[in-house]
Amino acid sequence: MSENLQADFDKLSRVEIKRICQSCGNDRSKMMDIVRAVQQQFGRVSSEAMNIIAECVNCRRVEVESVVSFYAFLSKEAKGKVVIRLCNDVVDKMAGADAIAEAFKRELGIDFGQTTPDGKITLEYTPCIGMCDQAPAAIINDEIITYLSTDKVKEIVADIKKHYDPSKLKHRLGDGNNADEIVHSCVHNGIRKKGAVIFAEYKSEAGLKNALAVSPAEVINEVKTARLRGRGGAGFPTGMKWQFTRAAQGEKKFIICNADEGEPGTFKDRVILTERADMLFEGMTIAGYAIGAETGILYVRGEYTYLRKLLEKVLKDRRNKNLLGKDILGKKGFNFDIIIQMGAGAYICGEETALISSCEGLRGDPKTRPPFPAQKGYLGNPTAVNNVETLCCVTRILEMGAGWFVEKGSKSSPGTKLLSVSGDCKLPGVYELSLGVKVKELLKEVGAEDAQAVLVGGPSGQFVGQNGYNRTICYDDLATGGAIVVFGPERNMLEIAAEYMDFFIEESCGYCTPCRVGNVLLKKYLDKILAGKGEPEDLDMLQKLGESVKTTSRCGMGQTSPNPVLTTLKNFRKNYEALVKKSPDGLQPAFDIRKALADAEKIAKRSSEIFTNKGCTPHTNVLVQGKIFKGKK
Amino acid sequence: MYWCRVKYLRERNENEIFIKNNIGVGVKMSEKITFTIDGVKTTGKPGQTILEAADDAGIYIPRLCQHPELVPHGSCRVCTVLVNGRPQTACTQPVAEGMIVENNTKELDENRRDIIDMLFIEGNHFCMFCEKSGNCELQALAYRLGILSPKFDYFYPKRNLDATHPDIFIDHNRCIFCGRCVEASKTIDGKGVFEFVGRGAERKIAVNAEEYLKDTDLKITDKAADVCPVGAIIKKRTAFTIPIGQRKYDKKPIGSEIEEKKKN
Repeated sequence: MSENLQADFDKLSRVEIKRICQSCGNDRSKMMDIVRAVQQQFGRVSSEAMNIIAECVNCRRVEVESVVSFYAFLSKEAKGKVVIRLCNDVVDKMAGADAIAEAFKRELGIDFGQTTPDGKITLEYTPCIGMCDQAPAAIINDEIITYLSTDKVKEIVADIKKHYDPSKLKHRLGDGNNADEIVHSCVHNGIRKKGAVIFAEYKSEAGLKNALAVSPAEVINEVKTARLRGRGGAGFPTGMKWQFTRAAQGEKKFIICNADEGEPGTFKDRVILTERADMLFEGMTIAGYAIGAETGILYVRGEYTYLRKLLEKVLKDRRNKNLLGKDILGKKGFNFDIIIQMGAGAYICGEETALISSCEGLRGDPKTRPPFPAQKGYLGNPTAVNNVETLCCVTRILEMGAGWFVEKGSKSSPGTKLLSVSGDCKLPGVYELSLGVKVKELLKEVGAEDAQAVLVGGPSGQFVGQNGYNRTICYDDLATGGAIVVFGPERNMLEIAAEYMDFFIEESCGYCTPCRVGNVLLKKYLDKILAGKGEPEDLDMLQKLGESVKTTSRCGMGQTSPNPVLTTLKNFRKNYEALVKKSPDGLQPAFDIRKALADAEKIAKRSSEIFTNKGCTPHTNVLVQGKIFKGKK
Repeated sequence: MYWCRVKYLRERNENEIFIKNNIGVGVKMSEKITFTIDGVKTTGKPGQTILEAADDAGIYIPRLCQHPELVPHGSCRVCTVLVNGRPQTACTQPVAEGMIVENNTKELDENRRDIIDMLFIEGNHFCMFCEKSGNCELQALAYRLGILSPKFDYFYPKRNLDATHPDIFIDHNRCIFCGRCVEASKTIDGKGVFEFVGRGAERKIAVNAEEYLKDTDLKITDKAADVCPVGAIIKKRTAFTIPIGQRKYDKKPIGSEIEEKKKN
């Protein structure tokens, strides 16, 4: 009987998985959509499901497994109907995430990484979900819950146990579009300061109309004249990128918007997606016109799934207004549309070639360069990848003119920059400030004048100490994608650096040796020092290892992941020096001989006669690391 | 059989032209490209990588994941050189007119030793018991670079061994994630038996079956069974047939065959 039921169920799931594949055109490159849908429906992508998917899209089974095993939100093993993912970012921990974690464990009776015995609720950790200004936060299936407290955890767990449907969770509503029926989220925008470019009042579609009135080359020139540089962190000149893409040979071209902001401490793109989606899509359309693309892809991180319906609605409205589709705004031959690609929990996909891999339905391994995306990007076609904020700037540049834009900001870095500010400050949130602002001024603005350190650009950026507060945020000095994390006087900077190294270890794709292994080693040496077992030479070791990883890593991630260690070594060296000491006996303090011998002693059923608990036996000479140690008489 | 490789080379050629036209390296499309490696004037052909051109010139750039018949993977990073002062992997970077390459420097060799160390300590490599000893590229490279023992502490990970296949076994303890088997099976054997799964420290080679190698269509005659630089993929009943002293790298250090070209 039960076997028949099982068979019926299998048959049904088989049909359903086939239907999912079919709805994606049985297209291998739509693998992300397929596995995401299967995961959502069945709580897993089982071994059997992999076989069915492979059959449908005509690929090898191991290719499906290769994708599923890469992304944090996908799993081969069964998870609960409800998956609670508590954000364990540094800022969340500073806001008390550890106590929240205990509360969840207590209320659910399980540990992290486990599922309740009834198979209904799974509890996990997840890195930064883009809610640092309203930490501690968690993501429950697709629902975001912010400002968690231990009392709130009790309520949430009790509420969930009633219906096991996170969309029914009772919560207050956030501001702006967060309160819209279609989003219905408790997330706050937290816009603290509106600048002249992104959050100012603007005339929608004026930029697009201006662009369509001139040639694509002139649009690119306008962006070049505005000296717009990428807002995601790398700062590549946008006009130049577009020119390469336009000039590259290829039948089809693509514009991809990178909305995979995953840098711990970043959340400004979330606010743009919530409040300025139209401005973004307008910018993408202008970019499409400029480079000669007919398709744009908005790659949104899986954590922001709660915004998907809103984004789809904005796209639909734009299609209805002929702002997308055929002969846009009467411009003959200009056809352009935008699709949304959801991610599934992988920081590395913010790296542009990894993001393209992910769009192609592959694991998020970065690609070999050259060829660059401008030559061969999405499915081998010339592709421009731009940040959310960059494309919004484009809309405004085309609306107001390059001359208007270069007047904003500093001489070498025109325009404004959105900064996501969190950590030990009175007023966390999103600030739109002119580029060229001093760290000191920023700290005053956010209410953190007593800060011990500021992390500019997230962990892949740099820790700036008090002696650096006169430095400016711009492309020539402290270039940043916008993550600003403030640390008060009582924080232990080395512990924080170690936490961030954990993040990089977790998020490395593992493709290249230095990033896969080097980050683990950096963390180990840092832990050794934090445990008081470090020697002065270890600082040198850390420095050299960090530089080696930076030099030899394959993509931007490994080239910046040692920064938490290297920039604290530079700016907080005294903290390190206070922890290390020269070993008095020449032995490595981190090496515990008793511990090392324990297994052997157990097998031999006797303890070492030489290395006793009291130290070396008298009158015994021992050779350790090529040195003779004489037992004391 | 080699169409993928041919297609790849053709594409790379196009890329090269693109770079010249668009990134302004120089537009001259001559037959020969002149550049220097450690100050030595070297010539390469359009579409060649730095590593290929260096090989032709008898200059050895240490490498590990690269295999002459396969599309470069660029994952081990051993062949990292400085190109006009910027780090690039010689196996993936095309030659360009006037480029200045630094290869044999103290710093770069130090980076290489770090990488080799990392590969040793993240896996379980016991050379003295390994069938591949003496013929192993990782071991040979360590010797060439003067590594006697790793300076980092071992991770001692728990990894599996799959000996289910009648002719071939995989010992994951020794895998260095070079991707040669993945690429060879895909592009040369036309099968796709291997693929990477997992990420970060969890990254590993998986086979195109629910679990075991025996359930794949891997054959002992496949290129994929032949390209492993270490002892991770081993053909059964072939171990220890060559006496110590006569194994490939017992006789001369790795890279010698390339350097000998220079003498001729």
